[in-house]
Amino acid sequence: MKIKVELSGGLELLFNKIKTHEITFDDKKSIPLKDLIIWMKDNLLTERENLFIVDGTVRPGILVLINEADWELYGGIGYDVEDGDNIIFISTLHGG
Amino acid sequence: MSTATTTTTEQQKKKLCEICKVSRPILKRPKTGESICKECFYTVFEDEIHHTIVDNQLFKRGDKVAIGASGGKDSTVLAEIMTKLNKKYDYGLDLFLLSIDEGITGYRDDSLETVKRNQEQYQIPLKILSYKELYNWTMDEIVKEIGLKNNCTFCGVFRRQALDRGAIILGANKIVTGHNADDIAETVLINLLRGDIPRLQRCVNIVTGSEGALPRSKPFKYTYQKEIVMYAYFKKLDYFSTECIYAPNAYRGHVRDFLKDLEAIRPSIIIDIIHSGENFHFNEEFKMPVQGTCIQCGYISSNQLCMACELLKNLNSGLAKVKLSLHNKKLKSTNPQHQLDENNNQNNNNLEIKI
Repeated sequence: MKIKVELSGGLELLFNKIKTHEITFDDKKSIPLKDLIIWMKDNLLTERENLFIVDGTVRPGILVLINEADWELYGGIGYDVEDGDNIIFISTLHGG
Repeated sequence: MSTATTTTTEQQKKKLCEICKVSRPILKRPKTGESICKECFYTVFEDEIHHTIVDNQLFKRGDKVAIGASGGKDSTVLAEIMTKLNKKYDYGLDLFLLSIDEGITGYRDDSLETVKRNQEQYQIPLKILSYKELYNWTMDEIVKEIGLKNNCTFCGVFRRQALDRGAIILGANKIVTGHNADDIAETVLINLLRGDIPRLQRCVNIVTGSEGALPRSKPFKYTYQKEIVMYAYFKKLDYFSTECIYAPNAYRGHVRDFLKDLEAIRPSIIIDIIHSGENFHFNEEFKMPVQGTCIQCGYISSNQLCMACELLKNLNSGLAKVKLSLHNKKLKSTNPQHQLDENNNQNNNNLEIKI
């Protein structure tokens, strides 16, 4: 499976300032979102992991969009990410 | 993948917008829990702000309004919404962007580039006013002089006045800022936790500064941060996000995390806190500080010298580091309310930092 992950709203600063990541899992057909964020923490995140993950989920105040829609419409952290999905993480915690 | 999840997801994908019953929902509204589509979201988002403006009579035809613009998400969406509503509902406002350049290398210089692009997009004039022009000090120079302990006090006090001064220079009679419902709920909690009764009373007002200073209003008072960010995202608005390199913002940070944790459980909490703040009844015997004007610059002040002139006097005599701490000690021994004000000034300013 192949997916796209985007980081914005300042969150990209924790990921070496890279906003878009294409990820391929050759051995999987889907991956639970909660496993994906752990994978991101272990493989993509470069600093301050507690600003991204808290208690096994995305830190409150970070908005998540699944294929251009609010993740709360799709069960939030319980969503299963599928081939071709586009997951966007936007921090609302940075100064406005 | 489990069958149960597939079913839920499939069902979810078939659901339609709860308002138009036609399109695919893209947002679950924190305020109401409704699932709505993009077009309906734009409509309710803009309409609610329009109603906030009309119901609270924030403007009059012919007003010249300065939009406090930092290049961040809130003020960028504010510039978009103000120009849009002004046209759509013919408010008859003369709008312009006002940015304050604190003189922080690598922070404000980048975000000001965003504001310059906004100026072109919205076709409204932009005025950038710097601390250097106003006070003859940049924040970088102030930090070099006094270190990182009280720098946020200086910055907050200076910014509050800078917006007023910039607006007056440009002939504006009103200021709007992008403070949203989340910011106000945070501030209610902070003032409550500190026992800062005067600020607890003022902080939920949609218009402040009417005595002496320019009226300053918050059209996003009831607008959730989540919806502001979603609006900016779907409209592909150009905004800048970073943290000030000098501001650790610790206390507000704790309150913000606390609120975000609560919001995850019950999204209405943000509006509920604002409603609580609006309905507090305060003991009338509580002595409010008497507002006068600064003998040096004429800005609104409860002392002979306003905070900015006081801070500048110390900076210019090279005594800032020493004076600020002596000042605190002196006040501590004489007047507990002053001491509270002094402490709160440091943190209150963080709300100002947001614009």
